[in-house]
Order: sequence, then structure tokens, then C-alpha cells
Amino acid sequence: MARDLIATPSQTVGPFFHFSLTSTAALGEMARPETPGERIRLRIRVTDGAGDPVPDAIVELWQADAQGRFPQPAEVVPAAPAHTYPTWGRLPTGDDGWCEFGTIVPGPMPGPDTQAPHINVCLFMRGLLRHVYTRIYFAGDGRLEGDPLLQLVAADRRSTLLAQRSSPGVWQFEIRMQGPGETVFLNI
Amino acid sequence: MSNDVSRDKSQPALLHPAYKSTVLRAPQRPLIQLPAGYGDLSQPVYGHLPIIEADRDLTRHGATGEPLGERMTVSGRVLDEDGRPLANTLIEIWQANAAGRYIHVRDQHPAPLDPNFIGTGRCETDADGRYSFTTVKPGAYPWRNHANAWRPAHIHFSIFGSNFLTRLVTQMYFPGDPLMPYDPILQGIPDARARERLVAAFELDLTQPEWSLGYQFDIVVRGPNSTPFEERA
Repeated sequence: MARDLIATPSQTVGPFFHFSLTSTAALGEMARPETPGERIRLRIRVTDGAGDPVPDAIVELWQADAQGRFPQPAEVVPAAPAHTYPTWGRLPTGDDGWCEFGTIVPGPMPGPDTQAPHINVCLFMRGLLRHVYTRIYFAGDGRLEGDPLLQLVAADRRSTLLAQRSSPGVWQFEIRMQGPGETVFLNI
Repeated sequence: MSNDVSRDKSQPALLHPAYKSTVLRAPQRPLIQLPAGYGDLSQPVYGHLPIIEADRDLTRHGATGEPLGERMTVSGRVLDEDGRPLANTLIEIWQANAAGRYIHVRDQHPAPLDPNFIGTGRCETDADGRYSFTTVKPGAYPWRNHANAWRPAHIHFSIFGSNFLTRLVTQMYFPGDPLMPYDPILQGIPDARARERLVAAFELDLTQPEWSLGYQFDIVVRGPNSTPFEERA
């Protein structure tokens, strides 16, 4: 389909965003007291091609609620703090490459092919001229086998999309930018 | 570059060795195409922090008064690739001060901070997709990518758009800046017309007499039917 306008190109987020985009850790607490669903802590670590921690990434998460729903446009009231959808969060990685979100386990997303519960990741950092996407699924979930995206990923790479439970209520997810075990990144 | 041969030339490649930080951070394996429809998620609810009018005037966030530097307004519209405006979408900006220094612990180069300038702002587009910020023109600053490397003056922009795939983080540059040809970040975009998209236009119509210089910067986000695997004509 022909388009009239050239899209604005992406540019790196650079190293100096903290005082603006990630000035409050509150953006990592996605579940509110009234949000229905199973509460989890989600710890994410980002490492580079040398295996070193990436200390200046931004991790954004977008996810469905416990029923697998996203808010419809009419429900989106950007200035209203009282919503109950978890939907979105944003944190910077620390010097050790880790960040930790508080959220809920999303529900499976219904459709022609049911998508297993997952959280969408949008990743920005110095050295990424455009952001990259990936997904976090939950190891051990019985619905992984039928997930339409995981079907497209080579079997030996699917584990890069799985968070592992490290203790009750705590999940860990590694994002490896390069090298052995490079995380599967998505074109959307 | 095998990762990027099919990517629209208006977007930078992931690996661009002239920009050294890409070398250990750009994914090397091919990206997996998400089936159509699965990336088209609704606009996020980012309402944790209510937006107030003062958020879009960066000259009024000071400790004791107004910042030093060339006062400017930057205004424009957020559109999709068919030219339709995107209403009520969040824009966040951040920038260095007029001396080229960020109020950031990791920016320690020898230029002064300004107690009257923080350098971060937010606003939402109106029903016509319009936005406007008041700020001061940022200075160029050195970085260590290569010998005698200087970033052209720029303002960082973050835009959500209508859904997951319109998400955009970019930088706005200034017309005539002599540093642009030497900047591997800007030159990481293969297509010259796409690079021009990132250069604001000086506009006398937006310039306020005895007050501020006006720049126009329109932002075009990917539309819902974008096809990243096809080259654009």
C-alpha cells in the first residue's frame, strides 16, 4: 500500500534519559491494589554481547489484564490514575543490568489461535538506533505449546522467551542482546 | 547487516559500526516477524503521572528564574503515514541545556549546569494532533565515540501513538547544524529524505516578536498497515 509520508526515523534513546523518562520508580508498579490477578515480581536483566550488564537500558512492558484483555480506546483516560488495567510500565536497568517490576500474571489472549499468557517488551538503550521488541512467557505454562508466535520460533531458541520462577511469586527473565542464547527479538 | 536488509530504508539499521555502542548491543540473529494483528495492541494507559500545563514549558521549571539560552518554541503535529492526525497521544522530551550539559549524573563534561533548567517536558497532542513546547535551544556536546566527536544540538522525543507498533523514540535536529554530517547516530539512517524528517524547520510564523524563535517539527508514526518487509518506493 502506497503511503504518502515518510515515517519519522527512530534514533537512540541515548544514555541521559533518566531525569526525564524514568524519574520515578512508580512506573514499575503496574498493578494497583484494586487490580484483579495474581501478583508477581518480575525481575529482568539485560546483558550485552560480551555478557556484561547493560546499565542504561529502558524496559517498557505492555500487557493484558488477568482476563487477557487490553483497555479499549474509550476506556483510556491518560490523566486518570484510578484505572485498574496493569497494561504498561517502564523502568531503567541499574548498574547490574537488573530492573524489577510489580505486576500481575496476564490472562491468555483469545482469538483464532489462543496466545499463551505473555508480556510484551519494548527495549531502548544507548547503542540501539531503534528499539527492539520481545515477549516474556511463563515457563511451565500448559498453553505454551499452542501459542502462535512460539510456533514460529526455532525450538532451540524458545527458552529465551521464558521467564523462570526463582521463588514463590518472583519470576526472572534474561535479555541477551547477542551471543550464545541471544534473546529472540520480534519485528512487528 | 543481514538482520536489516529487508527493513524499510527510512529506519536506521541495528548494527551501525560507526556508532560504536551498536557493536555489542545490536541483535545479530534475524528478527522473528510477529503475525499480522498480534502487534496491534491498544494505546497504553500511562496515567501514573497526571500531565499538567506547566509540563510543556521547560523555561519555568527553574529554581530561581528563567534559564540562560535562546528561548524557542517547538511545535508540530503527530500524523500517521496517511497524514491523519493522532489526537491525545503523549509526547515526552528531554535535552541538554544551552551550554550542552545534561542534568544527569553521567554527564560530567566541562560545561556549566544551569540551576534554572532541568530539560524535561511532557504534553499531549490535541484533537488535530498538535503539540507545542517552550524551551531553550540545546547546545552541542562532546562524546567519546571517536576522536573529537560532537553531537549536533538535538532534542530527544518519545511518542506513543495509537498502539504498540507506533511507539517511537527519536531526536530532533536544527536546520543548518554543521555537525550533522559527522554524526554517526543521525547518519545511521540510510535514506537522506528520512534524515531530513528529523530536522526541524525554522518558521517565522511560529516566532514570537521580542520573545522566542519558532521551529516546526512534525512527527510521522507508522500506520496500522505498515509493511516493514517491503522497500518503500
